[in-house]
Amino acid sequence: MLTAIVGGLAHNLSYFYHSHLVLTTLVFFPLLGVAFCLALRPEQARWVALGTSLAEFGLSLPLFWTFRVGDPGFQNVTKAAWIRDWGIAYAVGVDGISLLLILLTTFLTPLAILSTWEYVTRRTRAYYAMMLLLLTGMVGVFVALDMFLFYVFWEIMLVPMYFIIGVWGHERRIYAAMKFILYTALGSLLMLVAIVGMFWLTMQRSGAPSFAYLDWLRVTVPSGLQLWLFLAFALAFAIKVPLVPFHTWLPDAHVEAPTAGSVILAGVLLKMGVYGFLRFAIPFFPNVALDARVAMAFLVLALLGILYAAWVAAVQPDAKKLIAYTSVAHLGFIMVGLFAMTSQSVQGGILQSVNHGISTGALFILAGFLYERRHTREIAAFGGLAAVVPLLSASLVIVALSSIGLPSLNGFVGEFLILLGAFRTHPWVTVLATLGVVFAAYYLLPMVRRIVWNPLDKEENRTLRDLSRRELAIMLPLVAMIVLLGVYPRPFLDRIGPSADAFVTVIRADAWAIEKGQPRVAVSPPARAARPRAQPAQPRVRPEEPPRGSQPGERPAR
Amino acid sequence: MVALPEPAAAGAGWEPFLPGWIVLLPLLGFLVNGAAALLAPGRKAIPTWVGPGVIGLSFLIVLANLVSILGAGAAEPVVRSYWTWIAAGDFEVAAALQIDRLSIVMALVVTGVSFLIHVYSVGYMGADPGYARYFAYLNLFVFFMLVLVLAANFPVLFVGWEGVGLCSYLLIGFWFQEPAKAAAGLKAFIVNRIGDFGFLVGLFMLFAYTGSLNFQQVFAAAPQAFTYGSAAITITTLFLFLGCVGKSAQIPLYVWLPDAMHGPTPVSALIHAATMVTAGVYLVARASVLFALAPFTSGLVAGVGALTALFAASIALQQFDIKRVIAYSTISQLGYMFAGVGVGAYAAGIFHLFTHAFFKALLFLAAGAVIHGLHHAWARVGKHPTEDEVQDLRNMGGLRDALPWTSWTAWAGALALAGIFPFAGFFSKDEIIWSVGARGLTILWAVLLLTAALTAFYVARWAAMTFSGETRVPGDVRRHVHEAPTVMMVPLILLAAGSLVAGWLNVAPGLPFLPGVSRFHDFLAPVFEQAEAIWLAHAGEFEHVAPVGGDEGLWAIVTLALAGGVLYAVFLRVSARRLLPAARAPEPSGFARLLYRKWYVDELYDRFIVRPVLRASDVFWRVVDQGLIDGVFVNGSGAASRAAGWALSRLQTGDVSTYVVAVLVGVLILLAAALGG
Repeated sequence: MLTAIVGGLAHNLSYFYHSHLVLTTLVFFPLLGVAFCLALRPEQARWVALGTSLAEFGLSLPLFWTFRVGDPGFQNVTKAAWIRDWGIAYAVGVDGISLLLILLTTFLTPLAILSTWEYVTRRTRAYYAMMLLLLTGMVGVFVALDMFLFYVFWEIMLVPMYFIIGVWGHERRIYAAMKFILYTALGSLLMLVAIVGMFWLTMQRSGAPSFAYLDWLRVTVPSGLQLWLFLAFALAFAIKVPLVPFHTWLPDAHVEAPTAGSVILAGVLLKMGVYGFLRFAIPFFPNVALDARVAMAFLVLALLGILYAAWVAAVQPDAKKLIAYTSVAHLGFIMVGLFAMTSQSVQGGILQSVNHGISTGALFILAGFLYERRHTREIAAFGGLAAVVPLLSASLVIVALSSIGLPSLNGFVGEFLILLGAFRTHPWVTVLATLGVVFAAYYLLPMVRRIVWNPLDKEENRTLRDLSRRELAIMLPLVAMIVLLGVYPRPFLDRIGPSADAFVTVIRADAWAIEKGQPRVAVSPPARAARPRAQPAQPRVRPEEPPRGSQPGERPAR
Repeated sequence: MVALPEPAAAGAGWEPFLPGWIVLLPLLGFLVNGAAALLAPGRKAIPTWVGPGVIGLSFLIVLANLVSILGAGAAEPVVRSYWTWIAAGDFEVAAALQIDRLSIVMALVVTGVSFLIHVYSVGYMGADPGYARYFAYLNLFVFFMLVLVLAANFPVLFVGWEGVGLCSYLLIGFWFQEPAKAAAGLKAFIVNRIGDFGFLVGLFMLFAYTGSLNFQQVFAAAPQAFTYGSAAITITTLFLFLGCVGKSAQIPLYVWLPDAMHGPTPVSALIHAATMVTAGVYLVARASVLFALAPFTSGLVAGVGALTALFAASIALQQFDIKRVIAYSTISQLGYMFAGVGVGAYAAGIFHLFTHAFFKALLFLAAGAVIHGLHHAWARVGKHPTEDEVQDLRNMGGLRDALPWTSWTAWAGALALAGIFPFAGFFSKDEIIWSVGARGLTILWAVLLLTAALTAFYVARWAAMTFSGETRVPGDVRRHVHEAPTVMMVPLILLAAGSLVAGWLNVAPGLPFLPGVSRFHDFLAPVFEQAEAIWLAHAGEFEHVAPVGGDEGLWAIVTLALAGGVLYAVFLRVSARRLLPAARAPEPSGFARLLYRKWYVDELYDRFIVRPVLRASDVFWRVVDQGLIDGVFVNGSGAASRAAGWALSRLQTGDVSTYVVAVLVGVLILLAAALGG
């Protein structure tokens, strides 16, 4: 009897984690929390938000193990018609590129919510509802395989962030929120233009309207339009990344946002730009992205980000602003990885997206801890903290070291892979990017020194309290991940590897095919999935695939 | 018929003994002491026993491995792979250790000297509130240093490489409340990172050419992947050497090491004399195949080494800080080691590294005993002394009577450093000078000879100013100066014994009146076999005549006489002279002032590198970021859009769907125009 129940449960769970249901649940479950947040009393909202986000993390975690390692294609896919006349569908799926970003999102959100546990006192219900709505938007962006759906989630995600900065931010929050929304609206608009263009082209080619990501991958864009559509996408994502010179929204947004906002902004939202390049801008226009001049232009911008932002970071008097500029530098490394287009550099880029989310998230959280103690972000207001708050100081030192890429901590693995791979295709760019390694020490360690070390000469700092239990509960998982990813990144790379390798091969093959005027080889990672596994050519019917997943007359997505 | 055993290769099938524990034990020590530092900083029992204990155990395991290698005659490296660390595409490195003759010699030096210094620290740091934290850092350092010397591939070596830099940074700034000390730690880290940049680029090039970063694969593939003397191998090794220059404090990146003396003295002995700073020499020896293939780089290594040896020795002549003199001496001696490995005398370079570890650690620990004695004496009269009062040689003198054991052991170290027979430095230094001469590099050879005389000069001056002559310690303090506790003296005595006998492991056959011994060279020979074959094929045998005539024996006697004469003369002169205490002493004038001011290199770096970088930072931020991008473009467009928004607000209907439709229509029109046109 009991075994039957357990067996049935296990079977159902297995079904759940091998079908799209887990993704769909991850996308929409936070909305339930939103409803409860708004319905319950204000003081209950934070518990609802914490519970929801923790449950979301718990739900998402098994995906790490149920994910089929070695399969470069999309898993847990579904596709259900939504607006049939326009070819719009509810299509989701996960592959090695998005898996870790989804888990990063669900991992960071509860920590972010805990980080402002006592800070947010005004309009708490709205605040926590926004955080959960943001979660829905972010997960949605990473799982969407329909371009319309993607765009909807993309916009959904921007709205809560705008309010989080504008309503619960610090003194200059209105300016920062305005700047954030102006920049991103410009990006969104460009992307919308590009999406409409791609839709139109797809319809022209295949005769049927479709927003399906996989259909769009087969479209060869006319050569006159390639560059323009690519640039429209690329600019939208470049703002998000951000690439220099589209980065000036970022320091303001980070500084003015409450801690949770900064954490999510740096940890996840910037990765949307990286993800956009990986998923859309480059695969849709592989020959443009591989074009020597275009690639070099982006590599130079990324390089500028690494060196210039490091340079600017070094003189910031404001801790959060300094950390914000380090993000620009780190994301520069990731972009070098993408545009160098080798197996190591792309894998490193994806892994580094995760690493950066953890390390920079942790840095912002620590900056938040300091702010809550002294109500200032001025680095000069601190000094000698190691003598009064050893746990906080030790955390700051470890996290800073991870951020500057100390080997045996997480930042090194990604940075090393990026540079190792990039050197094969762009040695000069790589040598210059490696200079960023020197610079990283030059901008972050002086901050550590001025906060943690030096004389304890300010009276207010003598009575600071060390990390509370809540704060320890935030820091410990972050530090654990920093060490784990540095010492044993293999399980993570195993999951990234096949998809990243497929990405590189397909982009190269596709670019070649387009140049030669042949049909795109491609297509998409999923089609190739069957090849290495030497499976029969006909699509397998998986038991866990729900019947409504495939539309009559349409190719199954797998 | 008796079945004859197969004639197996010597030592084939040799298994290392618990190699993982060599590095694991110090790591465990770090975790225990680190937890103690955070949770129970007042309890001293844990660090006292765990700190030195784990290192002692680690030392015993290394010793067991050495004995078993000697017993089995094992010559081939054994790699132990624990887990795949990083794998992506065709790149894969494991968390792996390599046990071979070179790594075991290095591990022996590291664990042996570390153990003595840990024991010494129990006394030296006994009264410090950061006692547990100190041992946590020190254990962590030993862990990373062992990772560095036992690594089986370049990335794992780099873990150790940066890790020791981190510990150095933490320990230099150990007394973090003093700004100068925190600043010195930072300087060390950043200067080292410049070297690490080179190291990383070197690795990228190695991977691009050989397709691997594992030692065995890289060194096996290198002769095919790189043509002898080609640009590729030259540039690769130049980048690697940049890493060595940073870590081993050579020109032009030596500037961090003198400042590193702000750390506790046992730290200076361990990290900044005996172990970490020799990592660069180790790397050149480890990658000897690569450097042998790059004659230009090897020449540069030797040249930089010899130049640094002379330059640092010249500065040491006019320093007054008891630690800084020997810090510059360390830079200078590292220069000797590089000169050795630069001319292909790898075993000689490692031999000097080995003997130097004994006598330089000894000199630092002796300096520590002096500082400790003075510190306590000042404390007894109820004063907190300044750094000058306990570290400036001009405030010492005549301490021989109060600190007899320290004085004798310090002199043993001084004689070993000066290369006086029969102390260790005589054998190892002579061999390097000889090897450089034997390659026909007359100028470098002469520079190293001259440096040997300067070395004798500064170390005699150092020892005499400290222990001989009239004392310049204030009268009331003088009475309280006393010898350090036993726990500190025993390491001193053991190191002094080592400084006396270590050299006898290898007595060059060319030395007169002495039996030729080549145990050290023979032991390391298999490691350098491949590199030496390359040298032999392209540069020929070491010429066995000095560049200006005469054989090794003659020149060994000349060097010895030179060093001994200078040493004795300086000793007599300094002991007899009445010196003024630091507060009343005038700043040296003329050329001495140039040396005293360290050739003004720090000032030059500050003027031409540090300040321009900082100024550029400021300009970038204020002018480009806030002025140009934000001020002109962003806020400008913001203003423009507000104006446009006001105009467009007339069109506002408040109906969202209208907007959406309007946007879509607009987009479609644009696209149609683009496609049609």
